[in-house]
Amino acid sequence: MKITRKQFLKLGAGSLVALSGATAVAERAAGDRASPEKSNAASARRQYAMVIDTRKCLQRPGCTQCMEACHQAHNVPYINNPDHKIDWIWKAPFQNVFESYDSPYIQITLKNEPVLVLCNHCDKPPCVRVCPTGATWKRKEDGIVTMDWHRCIGCKYCIVACPYGARSFNFTDPRPYIKHLNPNFPTRHEGVVEKCDFCAERLAGDKPPVCVETCPVKAITFGDVNDPSSDVRKLLGAGLTLRRRPQLGTGPNIYYIV
Amino acid sequence: MFMFEKALVGSRRYWIWVGFLLGVILFGFHAYVREHELGLMITGLSQDVPWGLDIAQFAFFVGLGASAVVLVLPYYLHNWKAFSKVTVLGEILGMVAVFMAMLFIFVCMGQPWRVLNVLLYPHPNSLIFWDLSVLSGYVLINAVITVTVLSAERDGVAPPRWIKYVILLSIPWAISIHTVTAFIFSGLAGRSYFMTAILAPRFLASAFTSGSALLILLVLLLRRLGVFDVGPEAVPKLTGIVTYCMLVNVFFIVVELFTAFYSRIPEETESFKYLFVGLDGTTNWVPVMWLSILLAVASLVVFLVPRWRTHPRLLPLACAFAFVSVWLEKGFAWIVAGFTPSPLGVVTPYRPTWPEWSVVLGIWALGTLMLTVFYKIAAAVKTTAEAGYVTAITKDAVYPGRVA
Repeated sequence: MKITRKQFLKLGAGSLVALSGATAVAERAAGDRASPEKSNAASARRQYAMVIDTRKCLQRPGCTQCMEACHQAHNVPYINNPDHKIDWIWKAPFQNVFESYDSPYIQITLKNEPVLVLCNHCDKPPCVRVCPTGATWKRKEDGIVTMDWHRCIGCKYCIVACPYGARSFNFTDPRPYIKHLNPNFPTRHEGVVEKCDFCAERLAGDKPPVCVETCPVKAITFGDVNDPSSDVRKLLGAGLTLRRRPQLGTGPNIYYIV
Repeated sequence: MFMFEKALVGSRRYWIWVGFLLGVILFGFHAYVREHELGLMITGLSQDVPWGLDIAQFAFFVGLGASAVVLVLPYYLHNWKAFSKVTVLGEILGMVAVFMAMLFIFVCMGQPWRVLNVLLYPHPNSLIFWDLSVLSGYVLINAVITVTVLSAERDGVAPPRWIKYVILLSIPWAISIHTVTAFIFSGLAGRSYFMTAILAPRFLASAFTSGSALLILLVLLLRRLGVFDVGPEAVPKLTGIVTYCMLVNVFFIVVELFTAFYSRIPEETESFKYLFVGLDGTTNWVPVMWLSILLAVASLVVFLVPRWRTHPRLLPLACAFAFVSVWLEKGFAWIVAGFTPSPLGVVTPYRPTWPEWSVVLGIWALGTLMLTVFYKIAAAVKTTAEAGYVTAITKDAVYPGRVA
C-alpha cells in the first residue's frame, strides 16, 4: 500500500487525538478511586483541624509572632508590594472575614479588629477540584490540602477557585526576599502557587504546627477533628464556633471562637 | 503542502503587510520573554486579580472561534446558498481565533514549560483539561475541513463524503468550546459574579455578535482589496444574524442586571457596581463599561433601521461598534469584575501594563498573519476554481496514486 505524505500526517494527527483521549479516560478511572470526597467518607481517617480563639488573640493587638514563625519556617518571602505579597497565615478585619456576622452595632472589640486567617484545609476543597494537573490534593491520611511545587504550571485556577483567598502566587523569584533561609524546608521559584500546609513536615516528626507552638497566649488549638477525645473536639463541643463561608459547602476545618 | 505555495506569491503590498505583522509579533514575543525573566510581576496582575487581560482575551477569542457556526449551520444544515463562498472564511477564522485563544492561556501560565502536565497528568475534574481538549479538537476539526474542502475545490472534484460528518460534528463542537470556556468560570462557589447559569448562553450571544460583525468587516475588506468577493447576498444575511445576536446579547446583560439589583444581594451587585459606577473609589472601569454600552446601542440603532444597515459606510461602522463593544466588555472589563471585591472584601485595582499590552498585540499580529496567509490561499483556490480551468480534469487524473 502506498501512503502519501499528506495521508501519513493526517493519520498521525488522528492517532494523537485518540491517544490523548484514551489516557484521559484511564486517568479518570484512577482519579475516582482517590477522590477526596470518598476519602472523607471514611470517618476512621484523621482530619486535622484548628480552633482559633479570637478572644485570646485579641488580648495582644498587633502580635505577629505566629505569622513570623510560620513564614520563617517555610521560607515564605517578605515582599512588601501588597499585590505580590505571599502569605500562609495573616490577619484580616473581622467584618471582611465574617461578612455575614457583621452589623452596624457589632461589639466594639471586633469592629475592624484583625482575625487570623489561613488555608481552611476544606473537606471538599475547590482548589483541588479545579487544578488541571493534580499539583494540589487532599491527603487521604490526615485531610491536609497540600501541593507539589514541581508539578504546578502556575495557571492560578486554584487562586480563582479558593473562596478564602488563602493561596498566593509567586509573581517573581521569591529567593532574594527570604530573610532567614531555613535549610530544612524547600524554597519555591517564580510562577508557582503556595499556601499553608498545616506544617505537614513537623507533624511527621510529631510536632504541632509552628503557629500553634509559637502563640504566646495559646490561642490556637490543633488536632484531629475525627477523634472525639481530641482537644479541638472538646472545644467544638463546649460552645458556639464559627467557620468562614460554610454555606458554600466546602467544609472548612478552621473554627473560630469569638 | 496544504497549498502553502499560494501564500508565497504576492504583491509588494502583501509582503509589506506580512513584514509589518512579523515585526509586531517579534515585539510581542520580546515582551513575553521579559515577563518571564522577571516573573509575572510586570503584568499588572495581583494576588487579588490573578487573571486579567490575557484570560479575558482568551474568552473573547474562543467566542470568535465558535462564531464560525453562524455560517456553517445555515450553509450546511439549511442549504443557504448565500454563504457558499463565505463559509470557508468563517471556518478559517474559527481555527485561527481558537489557536489565538490557546496562546492567550499559555502566556499567562507561571510555568509555561510545564504546561503539558495538563495532558501528562490529566485531571478530568478540572475544566481546564476539558477546555484544552475541546479547543485543540476544534482547531484540528476546522483544519481538516478547510484543507479537505479547499483541496477538492482546487482539484475541481466534489469533496469526499466523510467530510460531511466532520462538518456536522463541528457545529455542536463550536457550541461546546464556548460552553466549556464559560464553565471554567461559572462553577466557582466563591465568585458570585461568575457563578451564573446564564454565563454560557451569554458568552455564545456575545460570541456570535462579535464573530458575525468581524466576518462582515472581513468580507467587505477582502472585496475592497480586490482579493475575493463572496457574492452580494452574504453580507445582508450576516447583517440579519448580527442584529439578532446583538439584541440577545444586550437582553442577557439586562437580565443579569435585573437579578442582581432587584434582589439587592450585596455579593451579586458589588461586581456590577464596580463596573458601572465604581466601588470604594476605584472607577477606572466605569468609562470602559459605559463606552461598551454606548457602542452596543449605537450599533443596534444602525442594524435596526433598514436604510442605515444597508448603507455602505454606516454598516461597517456599526459592525466595528458591535465588535469593539463586545471586546471592551468580554475581552477586557468582564474578568476583573469577577475578582472584585476579593474574597476578603478588598478592591484591588487592575491595570494591564505595557508589557502585557505588547504580548496581546503580538498574539493579535500572529492571528492576523495566519488569517492573511490562509485567506490568501482560500481566495487563490476559490478564484482559480471559479475561472474553471481545472474543473475539466477528471478525478483519476488528479489522484493518480489512488487508483492502484
